[in-house]
Amino acid sequence: MSAGLRERALAAASDVVDPEIPALTIADLGVLRAVRLAGDTVEIEITPTYSGCPAMRVIETEIEAALRAAGIDKFRIATVLSPAWTTDWLSEEGRRKLAEYGIAPPAGQASRRALFGAETVSCPRCGSAETERISEFGSTACKALYRCKRCAEPFDYFKCH
Amino acid sequence: MAPLFDYTLRLADSALILGHRLSEWLGHAPLLEEDLALGNIALDLIGEARALYAYAGTVEGQGRDEDALAYKRDAGQFRNLLLVEQPNGDFAVTITRQLLYSAFAHPFWRALAQSRDATLAAIAAKAEKESAYHLRHAGEWLIRLGDGTAESHGSAQRALDALWPYAGELFETDAVEAALIAEGIAVDPAALRPDWERTVQAILAEATLAAPAGTWMQSGGRSGRHSEHLGHLLASMQFLQRAYPGASW
Repeated sequence: MSAGLRERALAAASDVVDPEIPALTIADLGVLRAVRLAGDTVEIEITPTYSGCPAMRVIETEIEAALRAAGIDKFRIATVLSPAWTTDWLSEEGRRKLAEYGIAPPAGQASRRALFGAETVSCPRCGSAETERISEFGSTACKALYRCKRCAEPFDYFKCH
Repeated sequence: MAPLFDYTLRLADSALILGHRLSEWLGHAPLLEEDLALGNIALDLIGEARALYAYAGTVEGQGRDEDALAYKRDAGQFRNLLLVEQPNGDFAVTITRQLLYSAFAHPFWRALAQSRDATLAAIAAKAEKESAYHLRHAGEWLIRLGDGTAESHGSAQRALDALWPYAGELFETDAVEAALIAEGIAVDPAALRPDWERTVQAILAEATLAAPAGTWMQSGGRSGRHSEHLGHLLASMQFLQRAYPGASW
């Protein structure tokens, strides 16, 4: 019974999607940090992308619903801050899904160089590297607004963080 | 009062009050992109404040949660920097206030991420990344305003002259902090001054703006002596919890 419990909990929690970027699951994003057993209780750890990310409460509620739907009633969900979330935790699968969804995935590693140096962001529609930043901040904390100079489409860029 | 509680509360209060000030721009910013940007920065700051208040409540051990600390204290009990409670004014004032704060906050959080207090270090490690964006945003705008038209230059210089006297408080310490600094828990803000000066002066130079020289520095926020503006801010921010205590949704 308990041998399958962790796997069932992991599968249920991994399928929860980000309410603001429904193309990605919380596992793709690296928001889901741990699923483990403490006796017969499932312990789940999640971490916010940004300090003020308003999606965290929704994500928690949805994990709860997913666990209950999988027949799991004894669980604890904790938010952990350390280590701080970084876009380096975005899975390859996650990056591919982001681009397909029309959001440019973070360019490179989340180093100081990426923050303050020149980032090359490619257009998720036509692939051109000739893009310009319209605004540092977009529709959610984790995105910036860009525009493609070749196909002229504006698009979201998932900031390197 | 335990120094760690006081210290955490100071950081939380500055983040909350600045976050609230920026939220006052929602629906009023000069551009849609700026409405989003100021809203995003406000969200980061309020998120930092929530984590800090929750920790302060735990440290205090009196059962006060983040809401009790944010909504049920009066102006004299707030410990934020005077700089962050200054009214939004025009866009140049808001941007200048943000630059003076963020140029400090960025190296501050980076240093606090090395704190021997694991919770403060974890909160700081997140805030540090966010403050890097806040600093870049404010810096780019101040350069655009200062090095823009005669009108935008004038607005930016007036904002700088008005806010500069509040910058000194960023680097002050008192007995509460001295003990925590010695223990490796708190950051000595005076040590961050050269970094702050370099960042600010480089941006001002590019913006063709000049910091006022030999200004008298105003302080008092750390001991609860605030400008009249904080009371007005709290009247609006705390209204719901004052009128309907314990309201939740």
